[in-house]
Amino acid sequence: MNEKLKRITHYRLFLPLICLALVLLVNMIKTPTFFHLSIKNGVLYGYTVDVVNRASELVILAVGMTLVVASSAGTDISVGAVMAVAGAVCCYILSGGAVSVNEYHAPWILGLLAALVAGTVCGAWNGFLVSRMKIQPMVATLILFTAGRGIAQLITKGQITYIRVESFKLLGANIPGIPLPTPIFIAIIVVLITSIVLKKTALGLYIEAVGINPTASRNVGIKSKQIIFFTYTFCGLLAGIAGMIATSRIYSADANNIGLNMELDAILAVALGGNSLGGGKFSISGSVIGAYTIQALTTTLYAMGVSADQIPVYKAIVVVIIVTLQSEEFNRYMRKFSARFAARKAEVAK
Amino acid sequence: MEEHQHVVLTMRGICKSFPGVKALQDVDFTLRTGEIHALMGENGAGKSTLIKVLTGVYELDKGEIRLEGIDHPIVNRSPEEAQSKGISTVYQEVNLCPNLSVAENIYIGREPKKFGRIDWKTMNRLGAELLKSLDIDVDVTVPLGHYSIALQQMVAIARAVDMSAKVLILDEPTSSLDELEVEKLFTLMRKLKGQGVGIIFVTHFLEQVYEVCDRITVLRNGQLVGEYPVAQLPRLQLVAKMMGKDFDDLASIKSLRKHTPAEDVVISTERLGHSGTIKPFDLQIQKGQVVGLAGLLGSGRSELARCIYGTDRPDSGKLHVDGREFAASHPIDSMHAGMAYLPEDRKNEGIIADLSVRENIMIALQAKRGVFKLLSRKEQEEFTDKYIDLLQIKTSDRDAPVKSLSGGNQQKVILGRWLLTEPDFFILDEPTRGIDVGTKTEIQKLVLQLADQGTSVMFISSEIDEMLRTCDKMEVLRDGAKVAELDGDRMSQESIMASIAGGER
Repeated sequence: MNEKLKRITHYRLFLPLICLALVLLVNMIKTPTFFHLSIKNGVLYGYTVDVVNRASELVILAVGMTLVVASSAGTDISVGAVMAVAGAVCCYILSGGAVSVNEYHAPWILGLLAALVAGTVCGAWNGFLVSRMKIQPMVATLILFTAGRGIAQLITKGQITYIRVESFKLLGANIPGIPLPTPIFIAIIVVLITSIVLKKTALGLYIEAVGINPTASRNVGIKSKQIIFFTYTFCGLLAGIAGMIATSRIYSADANNIGLNMELDAILAVALGGNSLGGGKFSISGSVIGAYTIQALTTTLYAMGVSADQIPVYKAIVVVIIVTLQSEEFNRYMRKFSARFAARKAEVAK
Repeated sequence: MEEHQHVVLTMRGICKSFPGVKALQDVDFTLRTGEIHALMGENGAGKSTLIKVLTGVYELDKGEIRLEGIDHPIVNRSPEEAQSKGISTVYQEVNLCPNLSVAENIYIGREPKKFGRIDWKTMNRLGAELLKSLDIDVDVTVPLGHYSIALQQMVAIARAVDMSAKVLILDEPTSSLDELEVEKLFTLMRKLKGQGVGIIFVTHFLEQVYEVCDRITVLRNGQLVGEYPVAQLPRLQLVAKMMGKDFDDLASIKSLRKHTPAEDVVISTERLGHSGTIKPFDLQIQKGQVVGLAGLLGSGRSELARCIYGTDRPDSGKLHVDGREFAASHPIDSMHAGMAYLPEDRKNEGIIADLSVRENIMIALQAKRGVFKLLSRKEQEEFTDKYIDLLQIKTSDRDAPVKSLSGGNQQKVILGRWLLTEPDFFILDEPTRGIDVGTKTEIQKLVLQLADQGTSVMFISSEIDEMLRTCDKMEVLRDGAKVAELDGDRMSQESIMASIAGGER
């Protein structure tokens, strides 16, 4: 029994899952309606659906961020801004430069591809700076973090570009006949494809090896620079996908608000997932759980009626608790404490 | 000891540990006035640590330092404090300000003043007089950066001496100087010696020691080997003392060899070199031959190997593999050409600590196959078990992180990693360092077996007897250059040591 318990508590995703469970538990007590589901016009509604739906962009970003952190022991803080760039590029192409249009000026698929290419190019730029120029990841990605929204503004000429076409909203809403919102599926597909690629090729091993010891990795024939370049480029592509979802949700390119502060949530998701920000070993599923935890927390606070401007405070408190629970230092302390407690109990029993 | 000399500095029972390392154990050091005292030892012997303890960069754990004229043991907490007591250091990299004038550099922080302002005239005059008295020919009003490193160093020495140095420490001052500049520096050192300054000279150039020094203190592995007047310690013995050779005569395991190396040349170099680390060298390695690289640590052994493997990209000469010209732009190219490389620094360049034993073993073969051809889990486990068995790697589990293994077993994991790639040419850089004797012999036997099966091996070791037992041919390196090639009967402990010392020329 004890052995089994030990195996469960030492399972890598044990703590991230516990954290998610804790957040949900609070909901069950505080907001009984949280788990209610209802169907209107063939579409599923409810807080839980909302959490999973809203978390989609974050999940996608967290996947890319996990790989960046693992390979380079650094973070890509430009993903939020890259989302805005991708959205702006897409809307610019679909609107043909107009502020608001009621029909596409170019095929939808062209806009989508352009957005993804824009995201990939941004990621490749970050990857170039980090892997070739040896600039610290934080500093390298700070460039697009600050410049990205400016670029997006330039593309949209400082206006919010609206695409008032029904089919444009599908990526961020429900496809008729399907009860769940599209973003959920996109997030699942991204996670699945990434996991399969990492499992079926040696890429995951390479990324971990490079993150742990780049010199040794080079000596065994791994091209460390290429690996790091790849993770940043891939992270950019995923930011492009997330940007498309966010743009589709509001059927417009809002350069100032799309993906705002999402880079921080993405980094947090990686950390909450039990991944070391020092690079090396990683778990995609951990980060995904982390992302859902963050969104569950945000939605919970809304459901409890906390006003939007106070939410960061409560979020911060919960994050501090979660991160502390997972820290080595705290766990060591707890072990010591429980050992002492057990010893005292044994003494009393005598 | 000559009459007019007396002891100026004594260090007794100095101990200093860093986490996991005893850098100095019970070291004594004595310096007299008017002598040039060489501090010798291989890299990591504790020379720098001793100097840093003396100058207050490190705090000592145990022991006492006494300086002439102070009747209690001194403790230096910073280089400034040491300097105020008369202990000055001049490092290889001059730490003066190149954009200030020579005179400013000499008097910085203690400028002659007049009415609270710097008295430039006096400063320049004093500076010029000082340098003239030491036969240093520079214009004191010109920025220091205009002069060569050698002259900058001499200015630094002049500054140190002028601050009433009783003890002058020169830490590898000649590394970046050419011969003429070295000669000038020596003239200056002799002059200061004549003035009664005690000079500690840290260097790894043996010839220079015999040219300029009076006395030698040898350290090895953080322990004192001894103090000797130069005249009483021939080069050969100095090298023996630095390397700690106690000529053991373990039974030769060479009898294990069944075949002699074939004639076909696997690796050949033509003036291959990497500026700053290894001077151009010629080398030929035959199929199934074991070639040893001998030399002191820091003599360019590892650098030569890295140059061939491509971790350092050579910038001169040519490398031929199997008769074809070959230039690697990344280690993977060398691996495809059939090379394998076990680096000297196991921790930083060899193991990937957080990965499992299995992953550490399969990773090189995986890299060779390419990212898309992942070895199946079954293959990985088979290979891992094979090498755990073959090399008797002691691990709780094939999926245990490699960092949980002992050093020797980590080394075996890396050996297994490369054996799995079935190399034609295997570079082993200090494969037996920090490994128990039993494992050492196993590794030596393995090398011979490999050679018998037709693998060419480059074997680098600080232990000459170990190489004598395994190698067919020895290359001797000194100060970044290949200086001798010994084979057959010419290969003996004495001949190798003589070549390393490079005495009679």
